[in-house]
Amino acid sequence: MVDNMALIGVGAPPMANGELLFEAPWQGRAFGMARALCEAEMFSWDEFRELLIDNIAIWEQQHNEALYPYYEIFLQTLAMLLANKDLCADTELFAREAEFVARPHGHDH
Amino acid sequence: MPHDSEGHSSHDHHHSPQAIRAEALESLLIEKGILVASAVDAVISRYAERVGPLNGARVVARAWSDPDFKRWLLADGSAAIAQFNLDGGQVEKLVVVENTPTVHNVVVCTLCSCYPWAVMGMPPTWYKDPAYRSRIVREPRVLLAEMGLVLDDDIHINVWDSSAEIRYMVLPQQPPETVGETESVLAERVSRDVMIGVAR
Repeated sequence: MVDNMALIGVGAPPMANGELLFEAPWQGRAFGMARALCEAEMFSWDEFRELLIDNIAIWEQQHNEALYPYYEIFLQTLAMLLANKDLCADTELFAREAEFVARPHGHDH
Repeated sequence: MPHDSEGHSSHDHHHSPQAIRAEALESLLIEKGILVASAVDAVISRYAERVGPLNGARVVARAWSDPDFKRWLLADGSAAIAQFNLDGGQVEKLVVVENTPTVHNVVVCTLCSCYPWAVMGMPPTWYKDPAYRSRIVREPRVLLAEMGLVLDDDIHINVWDSSAEIRYMVLPQQPPETVGETESVLAERVSRDVMIGVAR
């Protein structure tokens, strides 16, 4: 069932040479989180994809650029869906981000 | 030189707002018990194993087939791979290091997980593991053996520490039985692990 979650068509992640294209580690983590949450049945892939497609359309309306930042919108969509489902509130996320931004430089990760 | 004074000055690329957001979200979901980190790792390795021919494999296959390209690749990796039109928009310098019968090369990023994404795709999850990052420097022969690569004592091991500015890729030795094969056949012989240097 999991393998049937389409990675093609509208809203599909960027692929190159047959593999998923991640330009930075966080993009892989974002992708991994969304798929893992979906496998844990926190939401369905279709549900996620529909919101993602909506968010891409909104981004395109607001910007004049040809290429939208796929994983930036992907991560925004994931946070939005989790907030909608009362699984993780925006306020919590913003607070945690602020904490991480304030970390001393050179921490291990 | 292998593992000495390569600058690690600009690791700030890991602290982009998006990277922070992803890390913050993952940590919250784990705390809430909604997500386990190993499930994210499992997804990533599942997709990493399901990859098509890697860009790096095509580069290696070309080097095995074309001695002039190989010389160029070893002299200036970034320039040599430009003709492959690789996606990913990487600006870091790519240095390709060649395995020989007496030298084995292995790549690590001791500070975090710098990795040549455009050439090699997704890094395996162990690449980020603190144990790999420290032990491959301290006891490369022992760790490689544990990972399934037993090297004779007379093979010298160079450990290359990646940085935000310089990424490394290993050019493996061509298996003798593949001489004369087409580049696409050769590319299938090249695994990600070989280009990192944990296999040979």
